Amino acid sequence: MFGIVGWGAYVPQFRIRVDEIARVWGREPREITDGLGVSEKAVANYDEDTATISVEAARNALRRGQVNSKKIAAVFVGSESHPYVIKPTAATVVEAIGASPYLTAGDLEFACKAGTAGMQACLGMAKSGMVEYGMTIGTDTAQGRPGDALEYTAASGGAAFIVGAKPAAEIIDTCSYTTDTPDFWRREGAEYPSHGGRFTGEPAYFKHVVECTKQLLSKTGTSVKDIDQVIFHMPNAKFPSRAAKLLGIPPEKMERGLVVKSIGNTYSGSSLLGLARVLDQAKPGETILVTSFGSGAGSDSFLLKTTKEIAGLAERAPTTQSYIDRKKYLDYAVYAKIRRKIKHE
Amino acid sequence: MTHRKSLSLNWRRIPERYQLLGNECATCGAVFFPPRALCSKCRRKGTLEDKKLGGLGEVFTFTAVRSPPEGFEHQIPYVLAIVKLKEGPFITGMVTDVEPQEVSIGMPVRSVFRRISEDGKHGVINYAFKFVRA
Ligand SMILES: [Zn+2]
Repeated sequence: MFGIVGWGAYVPQFRIRVDEIARVWGREPREITDGLGVSEKAVANYDEDTATISVEAARNALRRGQVNSKKIAAVFVGSESHPYVIKPTAATVVEAIGASPYLTAGDLEFACKAGTAGMQACLGMAKSGMVEYGMTIGTDTAQGRPGDALEYTAASGGAAFIVGAKPAAEIIDTCSYTTDTPDFWRREGAEYPSHGGRFTGEPAYFKHVVECTKQLLSKTGTSVKDIDQVIFHMPNAKFPSRAAKLLGIPPEKMERGLVVKSIGNTYSGSSLLGLARVLDQAKPGETILVTSFGSGAGSDSFLLKTTKEIAGLAERAPTTQSYIDRKKYLDYAVYAKIRRKIKHE
Repeated sequence: MTHRKSLSLNWRRIPERYQLLGNECATCGAVFFPPRALCSKCRRKGTLEDKKLGGLGEVFTFTAVRSPPEGFEHQIPYVLAIVKLKEGPFITGMVTDVEPQEVSIGMPVRSVFRRISEDGKHGVINYAFKFVRA
């Protein structure tokens, strides 16, 4: 039996309210918050980036799983905001968590689903006996172009998962759905991403999330009734709720993982932070469905079942909710400064 | 383009800066950070072993920096503190995610992993421990 042995979350303490961003750009705040179902988003401090957030999440995962970091033989960091274009974030992370040097490591990119792609790689490596433990991390310090629709939700945060034997949550099965879809992209050297506006909905998010989830359900012979908790990628609160409706999943099964409302869209961290919060509160024997989404586009679905090993794990490290509750508000000017949106040269 | 500014100096200090790796004298139990080549009490009779420090401690004393050195301009005012770690050593580090007026002597802190500085827009990013309120 293989699956998640330990998990850890990290969300920076700063928040900016969506209505504060709306105020700056002359938009009607209520219209924006109602449209997105998001009231505020998490903002990384000036000294935080994908590497630092990944390290904090990874350390929490190690504490929770009580795994010796030298036994981690593979580390993948999924993000679309790696601090360098060339120089792996994963190398910094493995050094900081004490897993270096006898292991493989790499950065993954697939918009918001790179962290779940890493989960599949770790599962394959652990199952084949190639590694005892693998770690996957999904983290972003997402940037929206000032004034763009994405700026209201583009947030910072991440989650790390250790995959191996004797899991707290068995990964029963996983599958993916991948196509070439131009819904969202960023060219080399471009500071901010571009998106296809309305194109991001039907042919991108909904098609991939729904088809991938259907594929997993049929592959595993599972019905929606058998599932206790569901997490979908959360670009806002409306998209996952609508995808759930399309699949006949009742809203109460979505509530626990719907972290987007108070921290925003953490991109590669999004579905994984939802999963971390669900696991924090899970008892043995719960069935969990996760479907990520990455623009470009693809989805990865996972069917998990918690085991007796999960008892007592949540308290060993700060919970996702403790990070969500810990917050300090910024105004737009300070937010623009610490997120380096003000140009000096 | 070559960037050599403190590259090897910073690189050599990665274990202590990333993991708070100090050392401990197996003979007398004294803990050192940064790691020392010889125990200050036992000298050559001591045997030093690597010791990863837990990062928990309290503020022994601190100052708010308002005239920063190059590379730290965007972080002012920031707090530089001497922290007494649970294992014994006193270590100097920045306290982040706080305003200077929120810091006090005796305040419990724990270490986190943060960006310290960067060598301009094209150079390397230096990472290390900082402290936050525990
Ligand atoms: Zn000694």
